[in-house]
Amino acid sequence: MASAAETAPKWSGRRSTVRRVGRDAVPYALVAPVVAVMGAILGYPVYRLVRISLERYGLTELIEHHGVYIGLHNFGSVLHDPVFWQTLLRTVVFAVANVALTMVIGTLLALLLLRISTWVRLLVTSGLVLVWSMPPVVAVQVWNWMTNVQNGVLNYILTELHVGNFFQHNWYTTTFSQLSMVTTLIVWGALPFVVITVYAALSQVPRELVEAAEIDGARSWRVFKDVTMPVITPVLLILTSLSILWDFGVFTQPYLLIGQPHITTGNYLMGIYLFEQGYVSANFGRGAAISILMLLIVAAMSVVYVRRMIRIGEVT
Amino acid sequence: MSTKRARRIGWNAVGIAVFVVSVFPVFWMISTAFKSDDEINALNPTWIPLHPTLQHFRDALNKPYFWTDVKNSLIVVAVVVAIAMALAFLAAVALSKYRFTGRKLFIVLVIGVQMLPGAGLIIPLYVVLARFHEVNTLTGVILVYLTGALPFSVWTLRGFILGIPKELEEAAMVDGSTRFGAFARILLPLVAPGLVATSVFAFITSWNEYIFARVLLNDGSKQTITVWLSYFLGTSRETDWGALMAASTLTAIPVVVFFLLIQRRIAFGLTAGAVKA
Repeated sequence: MASAAETAPKWSGRRSTVRRVGRDAVPYALVAPVVAVMGAILGYPVYRLVRISLERYGLTELIEHHGVYIGLHNFGSVLHDPVFWQTLLRTVVFAVANVALTMVIGTLLALLLLRISTWVRLLVTSGLVLVWSMPPVVAVQVWNWMTNVQNGVLNYILTELHVGNFFQHNWYTTTFSQLSMVTTLIVWGALPFVVITVYAALSQVPRELVEAAEIDGARSWRVFKDVTMPVITPVLLILTSLSILWDFGVFTQPYLLIGQPHITTGNYLMGIYLFEQGYVSANFGRGAAISILMLLIVAAMSVVYVRRMIRIGEVT
Repeated sequence: MSTKRARRIGWNAVGIAVFVVSVFPVFWMISTAFKSDDEINALNPTWIPLHPTLQHFRDALNKPYFWTDVKNSLIVVAVVVAIAMALAFLAAVALSKYRFTGRKLFIVLVIGVQMLPGAGLIIPLYVVLARFHEVNTLTGVILVYLTGALPFSVWTLRGFILGIPKELEEAAMVDGSTRFGAFARILLPLVAPGLVATSVFAFITSWNEYIFARVLLNDGSKQTITVWLSYFLGTSRETDWGALMAASTLTAIPVVVFFLLIQRRIAFGLTAGAVKA
């Protein structure tokens, strides 16, 4: 990306004060529509979110457009709810597992792309783009079909490969196996983005440096750690923080793959907990309190990422 | 030399294995969509349909609301992309060509909003839209999708505008063009590929979106195609897998086509600005 810092003055070469005022208004006029729209459809709802979280707000109140102020009661009840804490813990473990798998496998596959012939690399990357383009709801339905109890192809393949007897094995009996299936689905869907981005970063690593290190007799692990890692670390950091945020707030895949009838307090993830307790049971006040807690957790987690992106925005 | 070659062959084999495993679900979806019911329900899978049939596609297309919901999705996506591109382009020009007080705050807003988990916003957006009677209307969904598409588009377009060599603009200015002339004749054509790529991204994210559409649209005739597809599994024990896979294939086709169109720009666009998954 080129720098625009030097470009800016070129766009404003004249001196008169009147023009100056007019010119200073230009960027604000350009930004105004976006700010107005975002303010109206995001700012106002966020303000309402805070208010509703302090109110009793159910279906009656929704129809009357008016809640009953009850102070911090919603927050108190959520924070005293053992399900909230269990869900939070489960979601954190789930997100960490998903992110770790995505990042490790993604980096390994990107390194693999460096070592294979061009035609294989083209094959693999076009496969990855194809996977990337699968809409999440479509992917869920394909997973449902591949892992169904009666004749899911996954059971057939695992049995044929002598991994064990998986004939009519039900993958959705325990919370652990349900969430493992969700994890395979999410990691499968997330890998293309990670692999292609890390691969792009890897191509920035100077070839001569790697070769020089190899000639010096450095082992491949040392080369990776001392030459490659420093170059790709910024990209890995951004990808990791993005993945944490996505996997923490994930809804579509677990909700649809586990299936609404099988969703219980025992397999909630944060997004589903919020959906069930706020929207489905029409307890919007409580839902708002959960949303705020969730947004605060995410905000705390995204500080690193936002800071980094702001720096990118400032430099240019 | 020979060990080096052997190693390359080994890595290539691993690469091909990765390709097979990762593409298998997509292959399985398409292959199932063309199989006969007997082949689908058999205990031993048929890998490639021996007598391909279009019956499942016909079944899927004839299900209630398929065409209505495809039309809904198209309307939502078209309006979101059009508005998002127009507004985001202006803001992106401001970000990349001007320094102004509040610029940093605006960047924080643009980046920060993309970080908000969608699930965390369903309650307030639902309540506010219900207040203005925009629940169960496409307008409500369009407004909600704009909150996602705008910040992302601003950030990505900013990257594309910065990528334009500034000498070109200067040359136009020296030639005596007005600033608007320079903008229209130089900047716009150069940034057009960026606009196309960004709108395709906005298209894909809106087409794929599920949770807000699920919450805001509860009428079968008002839903988008992803919600339609999510209800397909139904409650009966007997799932029509063939029709489900045919419908899944149809839902994925527009996204696949657009993804292939912008394949080259993907890595750049996504690292320049982050898309919501």
